[in-house]
Parts: sequence; structure tokens; C-alpha cells
Amino acid sequence: MPFKRYVEIGRVALVNYGKDYGKLVVIVDVVDQNRALVDAPDMVRGQMNFKRLTLTDITIDIPRVPKKKTLIEAMEKADVKNKWESSSWGRKLIVQKRRASLNDFDRFKLMLAKIKRSGVIKQELTKLKKENASSI
Amino acid sequence: MAAKRKTPVKTRNPDLIRGVGKYSRSKMYHKRGLWAIKAKNGGAFPRHDPKPKAPAAAEKPPKFYPAEDVKKPLLNKRKPKPTKLRASITPGTVLILLAGRFMGKRVVFLKQLTSGLLLVTGPFKINGVPLRRVNQSYVIATSTKVDISGVNVDKFDDKYFAKEVDKRKKKTEGEFFEAEKEDKKKLPEDKKEDQKAVDASLIKSIEGVPDLKAYLAARFSLKSGMKPHELVF
Repeated sequence: MPFKRYVEIGRVALVNYGKDYGKLVVIVDVVDQNRALVDAPDMVRGQMNFKRLTLTDITIDIPRVPKKKTLIEAMEKADVKNKWESSSWGRKLIVQKRRASLNDFDRFKLMLAKIKRSGVIKQELTKLKKENASSI
Repeated sequence: MAAKRKTPVKTRNPDLIRGVGKYSRSKMYHKRGLWAIKAKNGGAFPRHDPKPKAPAAAEKPPKFYPAEDVKKPLLNKRKPKPTKLRASITPGTVLILLAGRFMGKRVVFLKQLTSGLLLVTGPFKINGVPLRRVNQSYVIATSTKVDISGVNVDKFDDKYFAKEVDKRKKKTEGEFFEAEKEDKKKLPEDKKEDQKAVDASLIKSIEGVPDLKAYLAARFSLKSGMKPHELVF
């Protein structure tokens, strides 16, 4: 199986370890076999080991080591934020964050909503079962 | 004593550096106006003769001297303060009780008493917790707040919750063998009235928020997969 996501200049990656955990960063240059120069609009550009990065499907069109302004413009042009938040990976992370930030009261309301939903589903199911049983 | 000023004067002699003032002795004499006071009093500084002291009562020599010197204990002027209230606990916060008869119940916080304990109520009609005192350490503060503006809690303090002392009658031999006549202590009517008064406006504001009444009626418990250190309350 060939690789699909390559380390290249402009590849957007997710930081999976360290101070910037969970941030989307852009690979801006490759330092050596293990490290990349990495940049994000709200971060000071710095080096990161590849082991701390998980590559995403998104790439942007930038020259090697662009100025911060050009980087931000390129990210806007490629619409990285919206592409990420509409991708299934991005959506999953958003849901995880929302679940972790739930209040005790919110969790209670969630439980009530789940019970209500499953009640409605079970009603429909029993109705369908009865129809099926009677038609046989 | 000379008349005290309403606001203390800041020093007329600012420090150039610690230990060295800006103005010399003669300059300060002039600044403080001592020359004016002297002029007002005819060239001399006014002095007040000490008032004649009342003659001290003659002390009798003590009847008893201890064999060795008795040490006097050190003076203690400490005034204990009520426990520092956590910033997350404000009047109207929903608390989760962690220990005791009402373990797991979600309860509304009213105020902190002078002993440091927290005054808390169910409300009684919703979850059976009466007006009660609770220690801050046995409580989780949630971020849910209830509107408590309609409640007057001024009359409750630690004395309100003191146990009633009843006089024990001396038992004679005959009475020892009789069955214990003390029946269960009934809750006095005025305490029930206090509970109703506090809960009336609370219940109204609770019913204003959807699901809050059911939330307060339910108990909290840790379920599978819940990690307390990761939960946001």
C-alpha cells in the first residue's frame, strides 16, 4: 500500500504531543531527517520532531519558509479552517472537545435526551415488528 | 493629648534615600510651624503639667507564695476567621454532597455561617434535604447557579442549629424498669415554617429553568468511564 500523505512544504499537520497539543500547523521547511520547521498563525515558528506531528490531507501552496503574512494569506486562500472543520476527523475532534467540556447539569440533560430518543426509536421498532408479525 | 487630625498628614519631610531626609532640622522647624506655636504662647513652647494621679490603693501582701515561680502562659490574641470560601461557591450555586445521609444529593447553597460551615437547602420538597449545615470539604461545587435573590437567610446562624438541651430527671428505682418514655423528638413547627418560607421563592426560580427540578431531585453517581479528574463540574 503506497503512502498517500507526504511530508512536503505546505502540508498541514496536527500536533499530537507537547505544549501545542491539538493545534493545526503548516510544515514550512524540513530541517533534517527527523525534524521540520513548523508554523501557525498564532504561534512562533519553530522546529518540531515528525514524531510529534500527524499529517492531514490538507496542503497549501506556499514558497519555502514564507513570511508570516504570506502564510496567513495562503491559509485563508486554501480555506484550511473550514476544510478541517468539515472533514470527519476535524468534526470528531470538535465533538470530543464538546463532550469533555460538559457541565454536570449538561450531562444530566444529555442523559434525558438520550432516554427520550431511544424511547421514540423503540416505539417505532415495536410498531414495525407488529406490522411485520401481522403480515406474515 | 493634642487634638487628632481627621486624616493623618503624610510626612512633610520626604526621604531622599533611606535614613536621609530632604530638609534639615532648622528647615523642618520652620515647616512644622513650631515658631508660630511659640509666638502664640508668648515665646515658650506650651507644656501641660501632668494631672495629679489618684493615690493607688494600698496592696496587701499575699497570704500564699508558691514554692517555685509559676510561669504565666503567653497571651493569645488570635481571633479565628471562618474558613476561606472557595471562589467557585457563591450564593445560589448547586453543590453535590459527598458524605453523610444525603450523599450524592444535589443541593442549593445559601450562605456561609460564621463557624465556616455552609448553609444549604434541598429544597426540601424537591429532594428531601432540609436547611442544613455542611462542611465545605465534603462538597463539590458545580458551575450551575440558581437565582437566590428572593430568599432571606439573615435569621439563620449556628445558634439556630444548636441541639436542644433537655433536663434529665433523676430516675428512681421503680422508673428504671419502666419502658423509656422518651418518644421521638418532633420537629418544631417554626422550623417547618422557616423551611417553607425559604423554599417558596427558590422553587419558583428553579421551575423557571427547564429540567433543573429533575436535576436537583436526582442523585449524582460515578458511572463507568467517568474520570473525576477529567470531569468538568
